[in-house]
Amino acid sequence: MSTLRIAELNAAYASAIDNDRLEAWPDFFVDDCLYKITSAENYRRGYAAGIVYADSRAMLRDRVIALRSANIYERQSYRHIIGLPLINSTKADGITAEAPFLVARIMRDGRMDLFATGVYIDRLREEASQLRFVERIVVCDSGHFDTLLAIPL
Amino acid sequence: MPDTNPPEFQPSPPPAWVGDVTRVPYWVYRDKDLLKTEQERVFEGPVWNFLCLESEIANSGDWRATLVGQMPVVVVRDTGGSIAAFENRCAHRGALICLDNAGSDAKDFQCVYHAWRYDLRGNLKSVAFQRGVNGKGGMAADFRVEDHGPRKLRTTTLCGLVFGTFHDDTPGIESFMGSDVLTGFKRVVADRQIEIIGRFVEVLPNNWKMYAENVRDSYHASLLHLFFATFRINRLSQGGGLTVSPNGGCSVSSTFAPTEADDKAYSGMRSVDDDYKLEDASLIDVVDEHPDRIRQHIVTVFPNFVVQKTQNAMALRFFTPSGIDRTNLEWIYFGYADDTPEMRKRRLRHLNLGGPAGFVSMEDGCVGGFVERGIATAEDAASIVAMGGAGIESQPTRATEAAVRGFWSLWRRMVGV
Repeated sequence: MSTLRIAELNAAYASAIDNDRLEAWPDFFVDDCLYKITSAENYRRGYAAGIVYADSRAMLRDRVIALRSANIYERQSYRHIIGLPLINSTKADGITAEAPFLVARIMRDGRMDLFATGVYIDRLREEASQLRFVERIVVCDSGHFDTLLAIPL
Repeated sequence: MPDTNPPEFQPSPPPAWVGDVTRVPYWVYRDKDLLKTEQERVFEGPVWNFLCLESEIANSGDWRATLVGQMPVVVVRDTGGSIAAFENRCAHRGALICLDNAGSDAKDFQCVYHAWRYDLRGNLKSVAFQRGVNGKGGMAADFRVEDHGPRKLRTTTLCGLVFGTFHDDTPGIESFMGSDVLTGFKRVVADRQIEIIGRFVEVLPNNWKMYAENVRDSYHASLLHLFFATFRINRLSQGGGLTVSPNGGCSVSSTFAPTEADDKAYSGMRSVDDDYKLEDASLIDVVDEHPDRIRQHIVTVFPNFVVQKTQNAMALRFFTPSGIDRTNLEWIYFGYADDTPEMRKRRLRHLNLGGPAGFVSMEDGCVGGFVERGIATAEDAASIVAMGGAGIESQPTRATEAAVRGFWSLWRRMVGV
């Protein structure tokens, strides 16, 4: 497995979210995935809870429907800058890797802020020649979140 | 020579609050001078401020830094096992005594600036170079360390939570909450030991009191938060009720599990579609842990503390002003220490309903900002808080703003407007 393939996966992931193709977002994960957003301090302390905790791809799809149809938030978009992935281990049942990220948030009134920085801590697996996330733990450097987090990181 | 200095700025006293608590004037969110008044009369007044969990300072020498309003304080487990709390400000030049969020195994505290040293109860014990160096310098002979030191809080504990007060006349916390609210409070935290499983801060773009109102406002829940309605899980006509403490400041809002009965309470309302269904129903796979069918339970304690249980997810919320239009809302997610692995996982899933990204709480993060921007030039106007009458009595419905009025009744008595 090459660093480049994981980098391409991360690029496609960022493109889907930043270009408002949220419906494509769950497809980056396997069925029995774990997607969690937490903070560096929670991660270090071993706290299990996240501000988002989805342990199935169906939960990710439910979140997209909720964001589209139920939840109220001002129009906004993200710009992800994802650094080069670092492969930590390669085994028969998958790969562990990490990649640092910056996410800027752009509000409908023009306000643009650095919204989150952190590191993706990933487990990946190849399924039908498609590389997917078995686990993506989004470890934000800060435990402070401005106003709300709607769009996934 | 003409005087070129501008005249000294004199803040004007807050305008009068005309009428009762069914009209809340908008200046209460925007008058910068009020922050100082609220610090003195509310946070340092006859209230119990949430400080930490007892389990966070389990052993002697464990400490945690937190805030009472905007004042930094330290809460410490003393060598005798008792809990002390004091202002986190060195008596010498005002620097923070404790610099981190928490620590353990402290024998004493020493200010980094000039090494003034305090014991675990915040008593000043020694002053570096008090007698000077080689007979030169030093403090005056009549300087006594006993005469100096940070301000101290009186502390109390309730169901594993630590609270503190600066005021001599604060009643006991149980009578402050009143028996009905206390019962609701104990439902969530009394019977089993609680364990922190996550901790996040949501930075709100609004005055702290808008959030204090929001957590007491049982009227908005099913109207602003459409998640449950969209997925046909929860309706306003579902059973429930609101309990308000005799002093007005504390409340319990309850929502019962839905019944099969059809209802039309949402007819004609924004975007309620029949077609949506959760693909993964584990989000609403609830196990009743109490014999009361309550699914959503929000307990508020004046001025800035909440205990809640939503389905099987539990959280403490604690919010403090960081400016007139800025509030830090801390979410402390918890489970019970003796949870089965299945129940713990269920709580983690249900926590998707709360917090900064919560399906039924994310709107609370932005709605205060909508109000802040809406009232930008409306300091002479007032909001209408008349749902469910003009009183602050408990009501067998959530279509009421009684707890919001209760908050303002107690706030007005303390602030004196």
